[in-house]
Amino acid sequence: MKKKFKLQDLDCANCAAKMEENIKKINGVNDANVSFMTQKMTIDAEDEKFDEIMQEVIKVCAKVEPDCKILV
Amino acid sequence: MNKKQKNMLYRIIATAIIYGGVIVAEKIVKLELFETWWASLLIFAFPYLIIGYDIIFKAVRNIFNGQVFDENFLMCVATFGAFGTGEYSEAVAVMLFYQVGELFQGYAVNKSRQSITELMDICPEYANIEVDGKLEQVDPDDVNIGDVIVVKPGERVPLDGKVINGSSMVDTSALTGESVPRKVDEGSEIISGCVNGSGTLTVEVTKEFDDSTVAKILELVENASSKKAKVENFITKFARYYTPIVVIAAVVLAILPPIILGGNWASWIKRACIFLVISCPCALVISVPLSFFGGIGAASKNGILIKGSNYIEALSEMKVIVFDKTGTITKGEFKVQKLIPGSGDVNKGELIEWAAYAEGYSDHPIAKSIKDAYGSNIDLNLVDNAEEISGHGIKVNVKGKEVLAGNEKLMKLKNIKYQPCTEAGTVVYVAVEGKYTGCVLIADGIKEGACQAFENLKKLGVRKTVMLTGDRKDVGEAVASKLHIDEVYTELLPADKVTQVERILGESDDKNKVAFVGDGINDAPVLMRSDIGIAMGSMGSDAAIEAADIVLMDDDIRKIPLVMRIASKTMGIVIQNIVFALGVKLLVLILGALGIANMWEAVFADVGVSVIAILNAMRTLNIKE
Repeated sequence: MKKKFKLQDLDCANCAAKMEENIKKINGVNDANVSFMTQKMTIDAEDEKFDEIMQEVIKVCAKVEPDCKILV
Repeated sequence: MNKKQKNMLYRIIATAIIYGGVIVAEKIVKLELFETWWASLLIFAFPYLIIGYDIIFKAVRNIFNGQVFDENFLMCVATFGAFGTGEYSEAVAVMLFYQVGELFQGYAVNKSRQSITELMDICPEYANIEVDGKLEQVDPDDVNIGDVIVVKPGERVPLDGKVINGSSMVDTSALTGESVPRKVDEGSEIISGCVNGSGTLTVEVTKEFDDSTVAKILELVENASSKKAKVENFITKFARYYTPIVVIAAVVLAILPPIILGGNWASWIKRACIFLVISCPCALVISVPLSFFGGIGAASKNGILIKGSNYIEALSEMKVIVFDKTGTITKGEFKVQKLIPGSGDVNKGELIEWAAYAEGYSDHPIAKSIKDAYGSNIDLNLVDNAEEISGHGIKVNVKGKEVLAGNEKLMKLKNIKYQPCTEAGTVVYVAVEGKYTGCVLIADGIKEGACQAFENLKKLGVRKTVMLTGDRKDVGEAVASKLHIDEVYTELLPADKVTQVERILGESDDKNKVAFVGDGINDAPVLMRSDIGIAMGSMGSDAAIEAADIVLMDDDIRKIPLVMRIASKTMGIVIQNIVFALGVKLLVLILGALGIANMWEAVFADVGVSVIAILNAMRTLNIKE
């Protein structure tokens, strides 16, 4: 399943790249894309565990850029 | 400017005033207070904390989160280092200018992001639906197929549909870049994203919002940033190694030389701090994707959709272009090109009149084009005894006279002396009462501007143009020679087109990209197979939007040289930014290591370079024809 999320206060391009890199490493994530330009994040992950994976994604993002909020 | 940025601005102004005051007190008034080091440190720590407290906070927090080489941390180390070596005023200044640069950089990026997204802002916000005689605004997502919506003057058409009442001129420029409005009236198809002109339209919805043109395009543009160019991937990889390498170099620089050469630790630590300030790859990480984004934005302003920055890169290396003929180079509609009267006593008007009446009952495309060329109404009462001679043409009585209209075989069959027409196209010979009257040449017209487009392609460095067509040899070659196309392959079946493209792909290499341009309807396999698939004239055609890498929203073949120019300029700007940013950073690193450059130059090499690169990246937005 593919889902798109808006990001708020994503201020640094390098962080976006780091977030993307770290999200891709989460178990069950097939693909992820964090776009600094459109301030959007696309997550492609396994259906059954999607909610769990999202929790993990939020944690990972908070680690890299605590100011950035994921609008679900 | 948002709230966060405004706050930052106030902090910067406050710090600048305090800092100025402190400098005046130290250097001009020469207060005795500054002679004791700890008093001096305390005084300078005040403005430093105002401007830098969040940086210190973030640095500490990020270390706990396992993010060590982050720019906040590096700025802290660099400024602490400056404090440690007794350069209090420089430490404050570096932090101050770092924040100014960050603010400006954030502002510039936001601005450019906004102007690019505005370009692509074709998303309708609401749809008007009539409920109990009153118009209500609803979310386009909630409208179903078959619902009737009302589009008022000046509003954006929210969903694809069919006009059932009213007429207006609609502005399709957001979708096609075409500035001439298009007329719609009862029965016309209308696509979402267009802006209605002066008339109110009642539209029956034919597609759900998610399937509507506008939603498809938006999705495509938003996903464009996920297909990254090689340069972008290189920068991402580079950034991953650059920071640790510079930081390690800084540590080495701070420790080794004083141990080996002996002597002044402070001076070497200062040099190491310069390294730390330059260690963020931000200028590259921001400006390169921004340039590509701007290029994609500039293209979409012109009605060209590019599905990813990798295609911008590929376009700049495009050396061979393969064209489909019908619908791409030619209009795909048959038109009377020429009227050739058989003798002096027949004029062109009479010839087309006879031909039109002869074809009066027929609805074959050829007949239709003859009737279109005639223009006036045909009184079918004057036509009788129509008889179709299969594979030859038609025999009919018009105003009591026997008229023959058909191909050469018909003329031979009826023993009529005719003058064979040698021009490419479909020829209809006409004879009245057994006497040859003349012939009508019907062909598929070459698109406007095609000649100019091919000329420009060559100027832009395309080495070879190829045309593939299922059409007859003479027709295909006539078109090719008119446009100076290098290679022509005619009478091809759809499968042959794939083989031809595969062969051309096989002959080229990575640096010579092959593009295929087609109308997307029956050449989806070729569009996918080629390095760059360009679909044309696909307003509303989902198949083409999906199969192609680049979609030209209108039929204009001149958009191909334009998109090439956008691509090569974008690539040019990307390379300028890389060379400039790396060049300055490297130079300051070397000068810093030698003790020539100071903190000021380092701050410039960090945020100054970023800002300049961002401004340069913004130029991609303004690429024009």
